[in-house]
Amino acid sequence: MRGLFFSAAFLAIVISVAIVVSLAGGAIDFLSKADLGTLWSRGWFPRRNLFDVKTIFVGTLLVSAIAILVAAPIGLGAALYLSEYASRRSRRFLKPILETLASVPSVVMAFFALRFISPEVVQRFFGTDVPIFNMASAGLAVGLLVTPLVASVAEDAMHAVPGSLREASVGLGARRRTTSLRVVMPAAVSGITAALILGLSRAIGETMIVAIVGGGTGGSLFSIDPLKGGQTMTAAITSLATGSDQVRGAGPAYPSLFFVGLLLFLLTLILNLGAERFVRRVRRQY
Amino acid sequence: MAVRVETATSAATERVRSALTGRRADVGGVVFQIVLLLTLVFALAVLMVLLIDVARTAIPYLQERGAEVFTSGYSSLPANSGIKYGLVGSLYIGAFVLLLALPLGVFAAIYMEEYAKDTRLTRFINTNIRNLAGVPAIVYGILGLAIFVELLGPITGPGSTAGKSLLAGGLTIALMVLPIVVITTQEALRAVPSSIREAGFGVGATRWEVVRSHVLPYATPGILTGSVLSTARALGETAPLIMVGAVTGFLATEGGILESLQQRFTSLPTLVFAFVKKPVEEFQQLAAATILVLIVFIFLVNLTAILLRNRYERKW
Repeated sequence: MRGLFFSAAFLAIVISVAIVVSLAGGAIDFLSKADLGTLWSRGWFPRRNLFDVKTIFVGTLLVSAIAILVAAPIGLGAALYLSEYASRRSRRFLKPILETLASVPSVVMAFFALRFISPEVVQRFFGTDVPIFNMASAGLAVGLLVTPLVASVAEDAMHAVPGSLREASVGLGARRRTTSLRVVMPAAVSGITAALILGLSRAIGETMIVAIVGGGTGGSLFSIDPLKGGQTMTAAITSLATGSDQVRGAGPAYPSLFFVGLLLFLLTLILNLGAERFVRRVRRQY
Repeated sequence: MAVRVETATSAATERVRSALTGRRADVGGVVFQIVLLLTLVFALAVLMVLLIDVARTAIPYLQERGAEVFTSGYSSLPANSGIKYGLVGSLYIGAFVLLLALPLGVFAAIYMEEYAKDTRLTRFINTNIRNLAGVPAIVYGILGLAIFVELLGPITGPGSTAGKSLLAGGLTIALMVLPIVVITTQEALRAVPSSIREAGFGVGATRWEVVRSHVLPYATPGILTGSVLSTARALGETAPLIMVGAVTGFLATEGGILESLQQRFTSLPTLVFAFVKKPVEEFQQLAAATILVLIVFIFLVNLTAILLRNRYERKW
């Protein structure tokens, strides 16, 4: 039995190696075919052999920044309420709902963004000359998608702060708000940071929302305006693999998806490793 | 008498409190609490608005077309289109998770928690599992494209399928949820107190006997919850399936279960993607109907997990 169990565990290493090898193989193929000057040009248009990496990188940053601006306050606020203010019974009832919310598929959120967020929220506030497919709507939808994740992980961390710390604070005459902000939040800071980094990493890797609502079909010029359509790394990968942008053959367009995939993989890997290291450094034992 | 004592005490409490707070109510504290409550209400309200928005479009549409939506395949005419092959594909994906990712994940977790010593290799495997859980879904899609479609294409989908088969899709999704199954199972195993194991070893049981008859039974609810939640995640996943070539158009399926494994496929979320992209109102309605079916599917799976957890939750 031991051998069987060990092979299953060893599979994790095999998968990691397979990911790195398949991404790196395609990426090297791309770099050998593409004109490296096009990696810094006016936009991301794979079919015209323009591979401006900064366009899709900035697009990804834009969408995930909007997402985390939505998810951080709402997620942390909801977590603090559930952990410090809600009664035991309502917490038992509300936490599963929050976790169910976390399982809403991203295509569903994309549909919601297209039918509701874009026309009813973004166009209402910024005028109807904003196109229905824009990066701001995509960012808001990604933010709503990762909010439950941030809330759930942060709530676990706050809930794990021992009650004796709260009692000591209340015993010194602190109000509940002071206890929450000055005692519980600092004690849970490692978990809260991990929640935010996880949310950010999830937002960077989110694909379907940007592919549907981002408005970058076919490619995109370099732009930092969130009210226009644009392309992210994930959306660039999907449009290279499907639909109108499907490209095969000897050119550099098809292998470029492996190159973008490798960048995406490294970006999220650094974030996840950073989160883990940070949590280990600031974690306190009570 | 008792009543009078109580009033006296509460009056005293009141006096002390007003003396301490200077007779001012804690306005800031109340506002703070209300703001926190509003964030929670907002997070939950999003789900309600989303459900209402989808149901308002989907239910009249489903009433109008009836069961036909569930029995017809894809067509370029929205009036003839249906989600039959999406349902079939999603059931297959769920089966891949339950038959492949679940056992492999549980085996790996048993090794890590019950057998492995704290060596450098063990720690390296653990770091790997944790990082794999954080890899974006679309990267698993690229992995599936490189390995199952291009490298193993002649096996996974020979002939005109060119590797873009159900087998490739199911394997990709199974690999994607594997680390999540491992991590949740590890947590469930860790929650079983070591006194249970020691009691087993004390009467001369081998490690495998202890795991099989003592640890696993206690950890089963936790393992089930974790695997049910991974299945829900797998059912809603779209991007990796699109990478390995899930069909967003016509689909011809012939033959039995084994033949269809090597043929092209689609799934409920892939169909949503296909319908949403079409700027025709009827396709948008069909997308809403597909989403409703998908959400009901996923929420039922989640509900099972919550009920399992509440039913078997145990404090040591």
